[in-house]
Amino acid sequence: MKRTEPLLEARGITKRFPGVVALDDVHLALGAGEVHALVGENGAGKSTLIKVFTGVYQPDGGELRYNGAPAGFASPLEAQRAGISTIYQEVNLVPMMSVARNLLLGREPRGRLGVIDTARLYGHARAVLRGFGLDTDVRRPLRSLGVGAQQMVALARAVSVDAKVVIMDEPTSSLEPREVETLFGVIGRLRESGIAVIYVSHRLDELYRVCDNVTVLRDGRVAHTGPLADLNRLKLISLMLGRDLAEVKSGGLTRFNRDQGAVDGTPVVEARGLTRRHVLSDVTVSVRPGEVVGLGGLLGAGRTETAKAIVGALPLDGGQVLVAGAPLPRGGTKAAISAGVSMLPEDRKAEGIIPGLSVRDNIALAALPSLARAGVVSDSRIDRVVEIFMRRLRIKASSPHQVVSELSGGNQQKVLLARWLAVRPKVLLLDEPTRGIDVGAKAEVQALIDELAGEGLGVLLISSDLEELVEGADRILVLREGAVVGELSGENVTEAKIMAAIAERAHD
Amino acid sequence: MTTVTRREEIGRVLQQHGALMVLGVLIVVGTLAFDSFATVGNAASVVVSSSFLAVVAIGMTFVIIGGGIDLSVGSLFVLGGVLAAAGSRYGFAAALLLPLAVCGLVGLVQGLIIARTGLAPFIVTLAGLLGVRGLMLAISDEGATTYLVSDPAFAALGQGELLGLTYPVYVTIVLVLAAMVLLQRTGFGQNVYAIGGNEQAAALMGVPVTRTKVLVYLMSGLLAGLAGALNAARLSSGVTILGIGMELDAIAAVVIGGTLLTGGAGGVTGTVAGVLLLGVIQSLINQVGNLTSSFQQVVSGAFLALVVVAQRLLSKAQRLN
Amino acid sequence: MTRWIRDYGVYAAVLALLVFNVLFTPYFLDAANFRTQLVQVSPIVIISLGMALVIGTKGIDLSVGSVMALAAALTALYLGYGAAVALVVALIGGAVAGAAGGTLVAYVGIQPIVATLALLVGVRGLANVLVPQLVEFRNPDLIALGSSSLFGVPLIVIIAAALTLVVAFLVRRTTFGRQVVAIGGNRAASELSGLPVKRVLVLVYVISGLLAALAGVLATARLQASDPTSLGMFIELSAITAVVVGGTPLSGGRIRVASTVMGALLMQLLSATLIKHNLPQSWTQMVQAVIILAAVYVTRERVKR
Repeated sequence: MKRTEPLLEARGITKRFPGVVALDDVHLALGAGEVHALVGENGAGKSTLIKVFTGVYQPDGGELRYNGAPAGFASPLEAQRAGISTIYQEVNLVPMMSVARNLLLGREPRGRLGVIDTARLYGHARAVLRGFGLDTDVRRPLRSLGVGAQQMVALARAVSVDAKVVIMDEPTSSLEPREVETLFGVIGRLRESGIAVIYVSHRLDELYRVCDNVTVLRDGRVAHTGPLADLNRLKLISLMLGRDLAEVKSGGLTRFNRDQGAVDGTPVVEARGLTRRHVLSDVTVSVRPGEVVGLGGLLGAGRTETAKAIVGALPLDGGQVLVAGAPLPRGGTKAAISAGVSMLPEDRKAEGIIPGLSVRDNIALAALPSLARAGVVSDSRIDRVVEIFMRRLRIKASSPHQVVSELSGGNQQKVLLARWLAVRPKVLLLDEPTRGIDVGAKAEVQALIDELAGEGLGVLLISSDLEELVEGADRILVLREGAVVGELSGENVTEAKIMAAIAERAHD
Repeated sequence: MTTVTRREEIGRVLQQHGALMVLGVLIVVGTLAFDSFATVGNAASVVVSSSFLAVVAIGMTFVIIGGGIDLSVGSLFVLGGVLAAAGSRYGFAAALLLPLAVCGLVGLVQGLIIARTGLAPFIVTLAGLLGVRGLMLAISDEGATTYLVSDPAFAALGQGELLGLTYPVYVTIVLVLAAMVLLQRTGFGQNVYAIGGNEQAAALMGVPVTRTKVLVYLMSGLLAGLAGALNAARLSSGVTILGIGMELDAIAAVVIGGTLLTGGAGGVTGTVAGVLLLGVIQSLINQVGNLTSSFQQVVSGAFLALVVVAQRLLSKAQRLN
Repeated sequence: MTRWIRDYGVYAAVLALLVFNVLFTPYFLDAANFRTQLVQVSPIVIISLGMALVIGTKGIDLSVGSVMALAAALTALYLGYGAAVALVVALIGGAVAGAAGGTLVAYVGIQPIVATLALLVGVRGLANVLVPQLVEFRNPDLIALGSSSLFGVPLIVIIAAALTLVVAFLVRRTTFGRQVVAIGGNRAASELSGLPVKRVLVLVYVISGLLAALAGVLATARLQASDPTSLGMFIELSAITAVVVGGTPLSGGRIRVASTVMGALLMQLLSATLIKHNLPQSWTQMVQAVIILAAVYVTRERVKR
């Protein structure tokens, strides 16, 4: 395809949210028939950019151009009508409606009296889906199909509404290999007919197979844009993670300064062969007292899922978790917590804080049974515990009675850490403990992790910040596509080694 | 990938036609057990007395499939009856149009509040239930005045018979057929399923969510008012007590008929089966004689619980798949 | 401003109505009138307390009126064994009904409104089957429960007040109470924090059933008759209204016990005021409808983003 005026173009797009600049002067040009990879770690701004393209968000600065003219979409519907279709990671169709009705909702063929002609509806749907390698009874409810097939229906719908641009957000995350091939076939056809595709994925193999160009976002800025073939895998990963290979520093920026010596002793927690379809395959992790084990890998590699599986918040198809040698009963987090294994979730808002409750009540929540006598809570004991942790973690709140949702992200995170420290755990699983908090709080949290490990607490640290991982962890397991692909310890714990492990070809 | 387990298929059939099957079983049992059950007279009386609930339940079916609930229909039914009787002093047209206009307006306002403010349908229509009951009492001097239907043509609408069935039965049949077409064969019907099944996705797929919601509640209000008016015509008066609590029967009939209370699936045929099932249970209890009619409540309550538990288990099984 | 209305609006409204009545309603300050008002509102207060707990978990309990009727029926059936036995059986009946609803909600995963709707229909029917028509009785103990006073304060009012304190204590000072609020505020976080979510949910509905049954026995004692057909009809609406008007959001995570009682008082005062000023019952209901809508609008969860 000849490069002329781009079909869809972001010119210096800026988008701010209270307290954060999500997109900062972002440029991206998409030509007809181009498959453009959009990559970046969590919080890099990918989803914000997609939402700007699809009319969910309005940019605060810069210009969106479409078909050679300035464009602004007030709603997803408007963007869709203009020819920009999106396939979301989670299937965004109506599960209980039939396949055909989902596919053609709003464009049903009409018969006499303007009434829907069901025979033609089904015939048309069958014909369209056959083109996507889907030979299914279109009268069945959508949810009776496998997730991959549902994804195909979503794709078929997105493409068949006269789309000029198709945005695919992690389209293969739930597809079987055979379905992935079909998807790539469809993308090939789209390319031939001059439709542009924005392809978001963390699976490097896929990117290199189907994409022409790549734009790497990091912290809301464009870190790189250009032909994908010009970048090798290692370079791409280093761009995504923001670490330049040539000048990987030898440390000193984070607050970790504990001696990272070998830690002896038997593991406090040991997870063996954790397996769940499409998510985890045979993941084995162990943490010893006083040891910080890092989990490395890109977004979607199965790090959060590993932690959730360990505390019992993720149902498993196979594998078991041993705490101090004894297997943990499955089903619910209660058993893990009382055995001394707790998890600090990544999503503070959805899984962490209880927004309407005070700082005090949030801290005391998990420890309540131990702070109560005969079910009646002892205010003085709670106050003492809360005071200790508020002081130790330097939680800044107007009083313990301030509502937790009024606190800054960093202080909310400290409140959650305090909630877990109050139950005196043996092992803490920390999922991105410093994400989205300010620099000062970040340093404090890092120092605290050090200190706790020094006191004998086992820590499983998940972080996309390579520096944090390298300097904080004694040992690092690297995950890719739900499996452990490397273990680094001792002097092998370096950023370069982690990136190399991530970059290895999956099928070599 | 697209193979469907046998269990799932059975579940689907049970969900969609369970009420009809139970209805069939009950009719057979009733016929064998009671001589006076399977008579033309008894069948006609079940059908006639069920027709008013059926009209209300049609509207409720749309509301529930669309992911909402309408608690105001019992009050609207009573109000519709009172207004129709009061309006009949000014002729046939007034008797019919007055309740439709007022009840439709109430439905419209409820729909607007629900669609625009995002308040829970349950609480908005609960306020509607109270407000409409107040309105009805205000019109009828605190229930002391019972308006009599003074227009003979209007009374005939409720009492006239054709082939042994009263006119309202035919009105109900026409409405059922119209509702089936509306739900299955028009864009509006598709939109109702879509917003009940996944409102966010529906919005992204271009469904006019606000308009569809408003229309659904408007329809429910209109149908409740119409049912009330027909009932007043049948009784020749606007009775102020009958019909209180009817919203519960309507919801029960819809759910028993296989419509998911969480929205997105179901249909009018099932609702009709549900209404008839409630009617037949009532009739059977009458046949037994020494059982009070409140026994019907126990049965329908238990049945309702059974149906929702079954629905829940089915949807769980399907999700795990 | 809306926050102030949410938190203190109900107190201001009660105060305003009181002042209005003192000024414009003859005999309002009469002790007898006061007693009547309080006695009338007591069952609603008792039920609202349970309802507040349920709503705090993001649930709803529509079955309370029917549970009252069941309690009335059981009281009539077991009064022969003495008032105490009848009371205990009635309470057990309420607890069982609550446990059934709670199990459907917590373990089967049915929406609270549906689960308790099935109970509303079924339990009322059961009550009617047990006691088909109004039964009058002359058990002195039960009559005393309904009509005796302590220092001039009716026993029913004292019970309602005591239960208010108990529930307030439960919410503020017990593990259970804090867990109820946490579950309503963020169920996912509560589960990750190891709270016994399902057990707490069942218990909440059991408490609601118990309180409704107690209210049913008290109302029966006052009527000196068991009337399962009409006792407690629509009381779930009054209870929900009291809770919502008291500023407890339907979205859960917050329970305001004292304000709930104020909410009940407000509705009672309102209806009394309208009646005293010759405005009919119909007005009360229409005003009630407007107040409910206003209250949920003020307490609604702000749409984020």
